[in-house]
Amino acid sequence: MIWMVALAIWTTLLVGARLAMSRDLFRVVVGLALISSGIVLMLFSAGRIYTAEPAVIEAGQSTLPATAANPIPQALVLTAIVIGFALVCFAFVLVVRVVRDGDTDNADDLRFAEPAPTHPVEPPESPAACDPPHPDAAFNAASNAAARTGRGGRRP
Amino acid sequence: MTVLVASPIFVPLLTAVAAAFAYRRPALQQAISFAGILALLGCAVALVAAAMEGRPMSVSFGGWEAPFGIEFKVDRLGAIMVLLTAIMGLAALLFQVGDPETSPGGTPRKPFVLPLLHGMLIGVCGAFVTADLFNMYVWFEVMLIGVLGLFAAGGRMDQLEATFKYFVLNVAGTLLLVVAVGSVYAVTGQLNYTALSEAAALLSPGMALVLLGSLAVAFLVKAGAFPLFAWLPAAYHTLPGPVLALVAGLLTKVGVYALLRVFGDVFAPAPDAALDVARSALGWIAAATMLTGVLGAAYHWDMRRILGFHIISQIGYMLLGIALGSDAGNGGTLFYTAHHIIVKANLFFIAAMVWRLTGSYDLRRIGGLANARPALALVFAIPALSLVGIPPLSGFWAKLIVLREALALGHVAWTVVALVVSFLTLYSMMKIWMEAFWKPHPDPSRPLEARGLAPAWCVTVGLALVTVAIGLFPEALAAYCMAAAAEIGGVP
Repeated sequence: MIWMVALAIWTTLLVGARLAMSRDLFRVVVGLALISSGIVLMLFSAGRIYTAEPAVIEAGQSTLPATAANPIPQALVLTAIVIGFALVCFAFVLVVRVVRDGDTDNADDLRFAEPAPTHPVEPPESPAACDPPHPDAAFNAASNAAARTGRGGRRP
Repeated sequence: MTVLVASPIFVPLLTAVAAAFAYRRPALQQAISFAGILALLGCAVALVAAAMEGRPMSVSFGGWEAPFGIEFKVDRLGAIMVLLTAIMGLAALLFQVGDPETSPGGTPRKPFVLPLLHGMLIGVCGAFVTADLFNMYVWFEVMLIGVLGLFAAGGRMDQLEATFKYFVLNVAGTLLLVVAVGSVYAVTGQLNYTALSEAAALLSPGMALVLLGSLAVAFLVKAGAFPLFAWLPAAYHTLPGPVLALVAGLLTKVGVYALLRVFGDVFAPAPDAALDVARSALGWIAAATMLTGVLGAAYHWDMRRILGFHIISQIGYMLLGIALGSDAGNGGTLFYTAHHIIVKANLFFIAAMVWRLTGSYDLRRIGGLANARPALALVFAIPALSLVGIPPLSGFWAKLIVLREALALGHVAWTVVALVVSFLTLYSMMKIWMEAFWKPHPDPSRPLEARGLAPAWCVTVGLALVTVAIGLFPEALAAYCMAAAAEIGGVP
């Protein structure tokens, strides 16, 4: 039984790793979700695999029956599943936004935040889209006025 | 007492929920945020005061006593980290009052920035107060979700891209953490720190090394250590100024805290053979982290990216203290972390002020601030020189404690690397100084003016004063850090 579980875990992990290393953004997320499932299986088997009764304390008793399953891995797995599911949902929405706004689903084309270097020594200037536009309207107005009249500008 | 121990979770949780409901009214949302962070600060001060008496306070949830239930335990180490979190949260909130990227003054603030910010603080504080390994993983996830929201909130294409890269690389780290925690549970059957440290003493050296190593790799991803730091420079520079300062100040340090907890507390009783191997590996990773971080910074011209790489470089010093494996080394790491959170966040705040005044973060497009704003030049000099380690500022004492202990234990190679990296740090700070402050602005007609900088001045001057105060009176903090290290090391 334990070897079957190990085989299942390794298959899931390898398939997930293969997908996560893809350049396609959707496949990356699916791959991470599969890896996460494999790890959840591993976490579950950390409490040992054997058939047993559900971990429910009988009425009138204060302890679990000796034949009951280990309840702690079940609690851990439930937490991990919920968190993993939420993250995967978020990631799918994020990928949809990236594909729509950036017009690409290829990870190699994601060069908006980190532009590729064009000079052998100098780093590229961060593109205008990356430098937030100065939102202080008064600042820009003053800057334009100064440019028109030739006023301002402190020369050392 | 129970309420106080759980307050670092519940105060930001309630604040986040209340601020989320007030999303239509920015002014009310701001007021709720300030009330929440001040309450957290009060609780943190009370926690530190209680922890200084030397009795760790703990509470177990759900009617199950430790080691079966989830336990929160606040000792000196956790208390001071919560206090630093609250101080930084207050600084970031105050800074964003006048920040055009996040406040109602300029473009409208995104309605969920403040709730997400408090959401991130829940995760940070949770990681500091929990005494349960799986619970630590949950808080790391809470933190991750909050930060992802903050990244994506801006909605610019480069921010979305940064969110995706941050998500993929950090989730990989988190999954490693689940594997490590699962293995620890499979082998020892425990998750509670106290129970684990009792179980660790009974492990064989090989098994202890496997468990310690897998936990360490997962936390090294979170701390941004060599060679697992790729997520940090890929993403950090897209965040708006005040949020960036908070994230940069706190998040990687949670990874350092986790490593300190695992190496200095939970696995401290493990067999020496395993600990020696793990510590010497960590020492070399620390040296490589320092060096690669500072070299990456030397390449860049964007202030946010320079400072981002310096986070990585400084993480190396903190890891070095842990790698020494002595109480003085652990205490040095804690002192270094406290100093670094304040100084690094302050540098990012000042970079955001420079952006407000000159219109760009790229050093090639700005200049002239030494004439236009001599006071800002002075405020920049204090954290910059502290980061380098010039006496009598806080960075000098932090480096002195760590490196003196490294030399005392005979680790000459690591010490030499650390000293060389200090010089290279000076080079980067000189570059910012020369380009942003000293040289004239490339566009001489540009007026170096900005409105609404008063809150920003309060924050940066206040944090600079804290740096100077730690530099002039380091004994109190150093004594506290050494007591914290002795406490987690098992000496009462």
